[in-house]
Amino acid sequence: MRLGSGTFAACCVVVEVLGVVLFLRGFFPAPVRSSSSSKHQAEPPAPEPSAGASSNWTKLPPPLFSKVVIVLIDALRDDFVFGSKGVKFMPYTTYLVEKGASHSFVAEAKPPTVTMPRIKALMTGSVPGFIDVVMNLNSPALLEDNVITQAKAAGKRIISYGDETWVKLFPKHFVEYDGTTSFFVSDYTEVDENVTRHLDKVLKRGDWDVLILHYLGLDHIGHVSGPSSPLIGRKLSEMDGVLMKIHTALLSEERETLLPSLLVLCGDHGMSETGGHGASSTEEVSTPLLLVSSAFERKPGDIRHPKHVQQTDLAATLAIGLGLPIPKNSVGHLLFPAIEGKPMREQLRFLHLNTVQLTKLLQENVPSYEKEPGFEQFKISERLHGNWIRLYLEENNSEVLFNLGTKVRRQYLDALKTLSLSLSRQVAQYDVYSMVVGTVVVLEVLTLLLLSIPQALSSKAELEVPLLSPVFSLLFYLTFLVLSAVHVIVCTSTESSCYLCSLSWLTAGGVMVLVSALLCAVVSALTKVLVRGKLLSKNAAHSNSRWSELDLLILLGTLGHVLSLGASSFIEEEHQTWYFLVSTLCLALCHDIYRNYLPGDDCEPQRCLHVEGGFDGATPALQDKNTSSAVLELNRGCKSPSSLGTLRGYEKWMVLASPWVILTCCRLLRSLNQTGVQWAHRPDLGHWLTSSDHKAALSVLAALSLAVIFALIQRRCSPASKVAMALGLLGVYCYRAAIGNVLFPWQQDNKDISKGILEARFVYVFVLGILFTGTKDLLKSQVVAAGFTVKTVGLWELYSGFVLLAALLLRPHNLPVLVLSLLIQTLMAKFVWKPLRHDVAEVTVMHYWFGQAFFYFQGNSNNIATVDISAGFVGLDTYVEIPAIFLTAFATYAGPVLWASHLVSFLSSEASR
Amino acid sequence: MKDTDIKRLLYTHSLCIFSIILSIFIPSFFLENFSILETHLTWLCICSVFVTAVNLVLYLVVKPNASSKRSSLSFKVTRFVKCCVYFLMSCFTFHVIFVLYGAPLIELVLETFLFAVTLSTFTTVPCLCLLGPNIKAWLRVFSRNGVTSVWENSLQITTISSFVGAWLGAFPIPLDWERPWQKKVSVGRGGHILLNITWLMRGGLTIQTRAPGHDSPHCWRL
Repeated sequence: MRLGSGTFAACCVVVEVLGVVLFLRGFFPAPVRSSSSSKHQAEPPAPEPSAGASSNWTKLPPPLFSKVVIVLIDALRDDFVFGSKGVKFMPYTTYLVEKGASHSFVAEAKPPTVTMPRIKALMTGSVPGFIDVVMNLNSPALLEDNVITQAKAAGKRIISYGDETWVKLFPKHFVEYDGTTSFFVSDYTEVDENVTRHLDKVLKRGDWDVLILHYLGLDHIGHVSGPSSPLIGRKLSEMDGVLMKIHTALLSEERETLLPSLLVLCGDHGMSETGGHGASSTEEVSTPLLLVSSAFERKPGDIRHPKHVQQTDLAATLAIGLGLPIPKNSVGHLLFPAIEGKPMREQLRFLHLNTVQLTKLLQENVPSYEKEPGFEQFKISERLHGNWIRLYLEENNSEVLFNLGTKVRRQYLDALKTLSLSLSRQVAQYDVYSMVVGTVVVLEVLTLLLLSIPQALSSKAELEVPLLSPVFSLLFYLTFLVLSAVHVIVCTSTESSCYLCSLSWLTAGGVMVLVSALLCAVVSALTKVLVRGKLLSKNAAHSNSRWSELDLLILLGTLGHVLSLGASSFIEEEHQTWYFLVSTLCLALCHDIYRNYLPGDDCEPQRCLHVEGGFDGATPALQDKNTSSAVLELNRGCKSPSSLGTLRGYEKWMVLASPWVILTCCRLLRSLNQTGVQWAHRPDLGHWLTSSDHKAALSVLAALSLAVIFALIQRRCSPASKVAMALGLLGVYCYRAAIGNVLFPWQQDNKDISKGILEARFVYVFVLGILFTGTKDLLKSQVVAAGFTVKTVGLWELYSGFVLLAALLLRPHNLPVLVLSLLIQTLMAKFVWKPLRHDVAEVTVMHYWFGQAFFYFQGNSNNIATVDISAGFVGLDTYVEIPAIFLTAFATYAGPVLWASHLVSFLSSEASR
Repeated sequence: MKDTDIKRLLYTHSLCIFSIILSIFIPSFFLENFSILETHLTWLCICSVFVTAVNLVLYLVVKPNASSKRSSLSFKVTRFVKCCVYFLMSCFTFHVIFVLYGAPLIELVLETFLFAVTLSTFTTVPCLCLLGPNIKAWLRVFSRNGVTSVWENSLQITTISSFVGAWLGAFPIPLDWERPWQKKVSVGRGGHILLNITWLMRGGLTIQTRAPGHDSPHCWRL
């Protein structure tokens, strides 16, 4: 089958993507689940253990608290409450932590530290996998066993205000709710006011059992201006006021009821030094957890330091506190301080219930559970507990009872800790079979691609894909049979869930056919290459095209980058690799240019050599040989840059200076945004610019950048799109002024801030207009065969449309990135690639390197927290999924996309010359 | 002729290596609290001085290109002054390049500059000794096929491998091993190629050991 190389590459990419998806499906750990989790059939609670004598306590223990209020503050980091910020801005909470009737903990959130998986962890006690991040945007209803569902089943009345994720996760669970959306990141006052306005009414009414408040403002402040912003302090004081209001209301109400009430203050995840979240740095996973209740009364002098616990522990504690069964999939253990004040029998009963639940989960997930240390500890403590109950029922000496009870309690706590730990470890289990199949597919396609590169890059740009003949070969059927047999064996032998086995047999068969067909194609391509290699080796003398240093650098750099991804710290600091490579590339280009352009070096070979010949005391033979080779070399050198001599003075100087200008640009951009992990907290220009004190400087910079963008982009546009571009860039500034990022010179006072929808849509009109003209030109060149110039103009229009869109979406302090990117592209195209006549492959790889470097110059990193989701709401009134995803993706990958589109337009313009 | 040249080359390179090793041990007799990791700046100075001295001595003793026809005093003086100017220029150029590579502009200036000086002593000083302040000769040696003698060949290899060694020295910076030497050595935080002495030294050593080995077959073929 003959294929064009473009089609072939596209097919390969599609199959690669399939393989990667298969691998990822196997790589993301499936969470620990109880097998009977789908239905909430009311299992009878485990009865109290007793040795011999029958216990009379088989029902679930009654609730400990009459009312529970959960105040969840998004992105509340532990030092906001327990650190210096807490002392300064949250005086009431600090009083509660230090002297009040409360227990404080530092709860560790498991990555991914994103809101929805964290809410799930808090309410189910299980550890959600990474796959939940993908579902974070449109959270489907939670079907797992959880505290909220249990509470509803027990007839509790639940009210929720705040983040609408709760309403989506628990539909029809709340008797009253008011969801706020978390997507207007720039709004951090109204979003919390919408929660607080209900408080007075609800606290007075008191016809509820559980009240959930989810405040988003703090997270939004973090995303917009980072954890050291002055806005954080103000928000914390506001939260402190809310807490005081709730606590006093609960205390006044408690006098009328018998049972105390519980106030829980927690964060779902922390906040990194740059203000984002999602990864696993200490700042992101440490959240405060504060339990306040009059049941936790303490004597003066009783100092309680915050203990480190897991976030999943809250679910079990809440379930016990409300008198509900513990969620089946919970891997957390009860926070013991919460039940410390109860009589010994109740304490033991609660601990027993939790241990039984964890052991059941262990039995369902670990085949050899009997060997687990946690299980053995559970058996011992259950026996001890039974003995204790017997003694208790016989009304023995209270001191003996107490001592024995303490011992049992310690045993239980140890067992709980071990069980919880071994269950959490279970989460990291991979589906090896799917991973292997995915890897095989990817590797086969890669080999095929590598083998056919020489053919595909030849002048015909076509290649023979050996696909049909192998399909009818013996090898194909044999491999297919073997693979099917392996599939059946694997699927019938393992007990653990496997994605490929859960597919229908037709799809799995399709995958097997694909794998074996690819194998056959690779084998036949390999034999062809070998045969051709033998032929070639006979007349190898002809191919003596030597690799220049630049080619070597490009190849080694790309390979080295790929290899460096094997170490996690190189992934975290990938930007360093790219900055380093790009700088080296500039120096190598510099070397190239100077070798070709410096006077007296190249084009006067004879004279040079004669002068030097006098210096050397070498033998004549040696000199002769050297001279001839040098002349050869220099002739070659003279031929290739023949245009150099014709360059005029100004252009020559520009050529000589451009690598240094580019290096300086890269150095400036580097100090604009600090990314990565190790040095992300260091001060950079971006933070300086975004702080509110330097608004004027930011405005001047933004205006200047937009002007330079226009100057750089307009030279090859058609007149109509020139006007559109100018108006669009004006619109960008108006939009930034409308949402309060920059100032107009004539209005220094802060007027009311809008969402800037009108201005943004004004810009969108021009973006679409420019893109439309570009597409029209492209189509024209395809249909009418109008030639290369129309095509080049069309591609340039498309490119400028992307530039305008990027100017709108990038934060104002990132506009210099766009400007310098355009500047470097212009310099490179005009003064490096054209005069030095780099070939297509070199230019492509250089574009790729610069594109990658600009991804990091924008302030991105390999951390999900650095994705700027506010770009998805430019010009949108409400959250609309598809445009938001598209805009966010474009803003994140603006650098690579711009360089790729420049590459296409540059190559087309070169081809047309 | 070739044989004697290669022998001399071997001696000079072993002397260079020896001087580097000496620069590690000798100062500890005179200075208190001297160690490579703790007082790396002092060591760098001493190392550069040693290498420069060895190169100069070798130049005077061995005289690889005894071609100076005019040997008047004024000519020698101008030549020497020119060499010094070239050396300083190369130091500043290296400093600028390091800053462009990402070294901080204001903090750690001393470290960056000393690194530039060290790299200059490993690259520029041998060139100055061998070729003199003659840009054209330099360009010839460092372009392809421009080498005319064993000495120049060794010069080319040592210089290029010094650059490559310094370049490779930046690689451990992103690693988060949190070893003390890493903190001390890669003072240039933020992945700046800076003062990675260990690597530079290792690079220098491998260069010095590799160069004779590489030279010999090449010379025979010539």
